[in-house]
Amino acid sequence: MPVFWQKDIETMPRKELERLQLERLRHIVDYADKHVPFYHKKFGALKISADKIKCLSDVKYLPLTTKEDLRDNYPFSLFARPMREIVRTHASSGTTGKPIVVGYTRNDLSAWADQVARFCAAVGVTDADIAQISFGYGLFTGALGLHYGLEKLGAAIVPISAGNTQRQLMLMEDFGVTVLISTPSYATYLSEIAREQGIRDKLKLRVGLFGGEGCTPEMRAKIEENIGILSTDNYGLSELGGPGVSGECAFRCGLHFSEDHFLPEIIDSDTFETKEAGEDGELVVTTLTKEGMPMIRYRTKDITRLDYDVCKCGRTHVRMDKVKGRSDDMLIIKGVNVFPSQIESVLMNIPEIGAHYQLIIRREGLMDSLEVKVELVDGAYLVEYRKLEQLRNYVKEQLRSVLQLDVKVTLVEPKSLERFEGKARRILDLRGK
Amino acid sequence: MVIKQLSVFVENKIGRMAEITGIIGDANVDIRALSIADTSDFGILRLIVDKPEEALLALKENKITVSLTDVIAVGIEDKPGAFAKVVKIMSDAGISIEYMYAFISRSDDQAFVIMRVEDPDKGIAALNGQGIKLLCREDIY
Repeated sequence: MPVFWQKDIETMPRKELERLQLERLRHIVDYADKHVPFYHKKFGALKISADKIKCLSDVKYLPLTTKEDLRDNYPFSLFARPMREIVRTHASSGTTGKPIVVGYTRNDLSAWADQVARFCAAVGVTDADIAQISFGYGLFTGALGLHYGLEKLGAAIVPISAGNTQRQLMLMEDFGVTVLISTPSYATYLSEIAREQGIRDKLKLRVGLFGGEGCTPEMRAKIEENIGILSTDNYGLSELGGPGVSGECAFRCGLHFSEDHFLPEIIDSDTFETKEAGEDGELVVTTLTKEGMPMIRYRTKDITRLDYDVCKCGRTHVRMDKVKGRSDDMLIIKGVNVFPSQIESVLMNIPEIGAHYQLIIRREGLMDSLEVKVELVDGAYLVEYRKLEQLRNYVKEQLRSVLQLDVKVTLVEPKSLERFEGKARRILDLRGK
Repeated sequence: MVIKQLSVFVENKIGRMAEITGIIGDANVDIRALSIADTSDFGILRLIVDKPEEALLALKENKITVSLTDVIAVGIEDKPGAFAKVVKIMSDAGISIEYMYAFISRSDDQAFVIMRVEDPDKGIAALNGQGIKLLCREDIY
């Protein structure tokens, strides 16, 4: 039985939905033009105004917005409302220099909570659930986004934040927690510990709402195997408001956009040409309702594709594929494009090695090399050195067949690689260092 | 007749051997023989000790990757040609030796040879009745 949060909107016939989107697109372009000097200037240079937008595909004439634009306008220059109307700010964890700052009005927060409640309801979360939020609370949009969405839905929230794995498991068991919110890598770690301590059967967990980073189907299968949980994926970025931009339904065949709030497109990252539905490319999103900080054609750098067919669940809103990788994350090694998610998929399918790994990229002379460190599961392969070598060669061969690249595989001891409580940092690029 | 050998996964980094052997020493376990090959990233340290089960437990408690492996131990006279005789018996029986290492006994003029074959029972059967002294735990530990 598909469950809805705002059924009328979520199952709105596409024609009607597109009419609504066009109306909102015109409005937001006009709004950004009037209230954000940055956009006023950009639109002026391109001689674009809201009245020139006749159909949805005209969105392609609008200028793209990038992360650099947000940095250049640090902290508040892209806000469309005065500070007295801004009620919340969030910021991304900028790895270099200043972070990206976003601002919300009261209406923005309310719409955001609805977007989150939608994907929670879509995978069966109800007001009877107890939801443990193991995202770190703070500037990051994940924890507070899920918090207010789940609260709006009526679930009982355990705002434990990240870290302290033993206490996480204790509350999960004692409170009878049914929904876990965390990054997939932390869920993997929690699920391993739960299995080791033999408390799996004492847990009532049934749904995992994972986000904050990508999750391959293989990693998700591992989490499900360890703690018997329905693991679901949702998507968002703080530049667009946070989680709730899209999320899976119980059929898990793509992530439904909140299309009444967001207009997605797929472009070619190099030529900026719009791609057809079904083609892989970079996701670009325009916010249709954001008041605090509207974004026109924001380049997400995430690689995915869109499917406009009506889903089995009855939702008409377009589905995006699980993100294949970020164009930012893409590694170019010896001229070969490598997405870390490809490597993860290979590794997760080899039961003799653990779920954690590390990628190290080096440059020796003019040659790049990729080393993949994987953990042994136990001592079963220690009878003969040959068996360990065979395992290593097998991993190497599997990676070669997927990546078309020779990698160095290093076997390390079980549980010796770093575990992460937030977003995993598994890539060490030592080139140019 | 089968002897228990400890097989320990050793990452090739400084201090690892010191750590592993230290744990064994702290558990009051005496190492009788050992072998490790020079490999690049990791190796397998093979140990014959007086209390293999206790050593196994102590290593596992310290999160060392370890397992027990069945091996054959034979005692041969410490003189020319004795060792060749043992190996010949195995090759005549069509048994391939995966790895082996030897040490001198402290009591009499004997050399102990530890051998790993795929099927230890088959190895023992081949050596039986050939005038080769097969050793049991007590002889070694």
